[in-house]
Amino acid sequence: MWQKIYQWLDERLGMGEMYSNLLDRPEPTGNWWNTLGSASLFLFILQGATGIFLTVYYTPSPDHAYDSIQYIMNGVAFGWLVRGIHHWGATLMVLVVFIHMLRVFVTASYKYPRELTWLIGVGLLVLTLGMGFTGYLLPWNQKAYWATTVATQIAGTVPWLGDFILKVLRGGPDLSALTLQRFFAAHIWILPAALVALIGVHLYLIIKHGESHFPVQED
Amino acid sequence: MSGTKHISRRDFMKVTTGAIGGIITAAVGVPVIGYLIDPALKAGGKEAWIAVGKLENIPVGTPTPFSFTRTQVNGWERTGTSYGGFVIRKSADPTDIVILSSRCTHLSCSINWKEDAQKFICPCHDANFSKDGKVLDGPPPRPLDQYKEFKVDADGNLLIFLKEG
Repeated sequence: MWQKIYQWLDERLGMGEMYSNLLDRPEPTGNWWNTLGSASLFLFILQGATGIFLTVYYTPSPDHAYDSIQYIMNGVAFGWLVRGIHHWGATLMVLVVFIHMLRVFVTASYKYPRELTWLIGVGLLVLTLGMGFTGYLLPWNQKAYWATTVATQIAGTVPWLGDFILKVLRGGPDLSALTLQRFFAAHIWILPAALVALIGVHLYLIIKHGESHFPVQED
Repeated sequence: MSGTKHISRRDFMKVTTGAIGGIITAAVGVPVIGYLIDPALKAGGKEAWIAVGKLENIPVGTPTPFSFTRTQVNGWERTGTSYGGFVIRKSADPTDIVILSSRCTHLSCSINWKEDAQKFICPCHDANFSKDGKVLDGPPPRPLDQYKEFKVDADGNLLIFLKEG
């Protein structure tokens, strides 16, 4: 019965073929450092899932942002767990992505023909930091408010364009409801969309080129 | 190794990866179901005795309107809900009272007492109710709801029992 259903689906989807191409592809000798990319992908999916669930109760308005998070933490069943995973997962993701970059650098895996994979990886690192930056404001507590005040002020020190950049980031000269709303939009729509697109290309390139060997003494 | 089940390294990795993945999914997935359905599981139905007026000020025979507002906390916001109704003293006996909700049983509009017609009329779809709440005309499926539990306290206040939710 299940065999038949599987065969019917496989004939149309080509799941067996996909499996052998995506997951059963040849790898250089196993090394735990090579799993950091997959770990980053897993953390991204986890952040996406817990983030979607947080929006069920979170309100991005200065009147209610703080209270809605208090409600998630104290009022909703397992709200503390969902937010806790999202909070610590964010820190962990920045850490894992960074170590992943260090590994690729140390093992010289960025060389031909994988330069584009590296460049897109740089984009993914910047977007991950952007997610951390925009997510930090959303609790709308003292720490979030002043951290964003300082960080947008730093962006404002760019010569010539600084004042303009600061106003774009804040949605005006001051931190306000507009800042919270646009950080929220960036955090849940703009940056994740860009991340998904770049992750897609990144993964395609990895499957196309295969993973690089660790360099040996002769290299 | 004869007689023992041999598992290849590859199969062992597959099973282990599947099992760990399953555990992680369950560890996140099961609490998340609770998280999503939580508001439906919250114990609603707060109960209270609400004073609607001094019994001596309510005339016998004429429906007398009353109203009150209850505040509920929904998540991070307070919402006020208005309630209204009519007290009808059928005689001087303090237990011979009918207390009707002013909410039409058709689509929840507020009904009004028309003294000249001696009936309750709903402004939305011209529903007519008699003085004791029975449907006379119009679309409502059932008579007006009644506050069946009421009492008069030592100071002569009429109180009704309200169960929310």
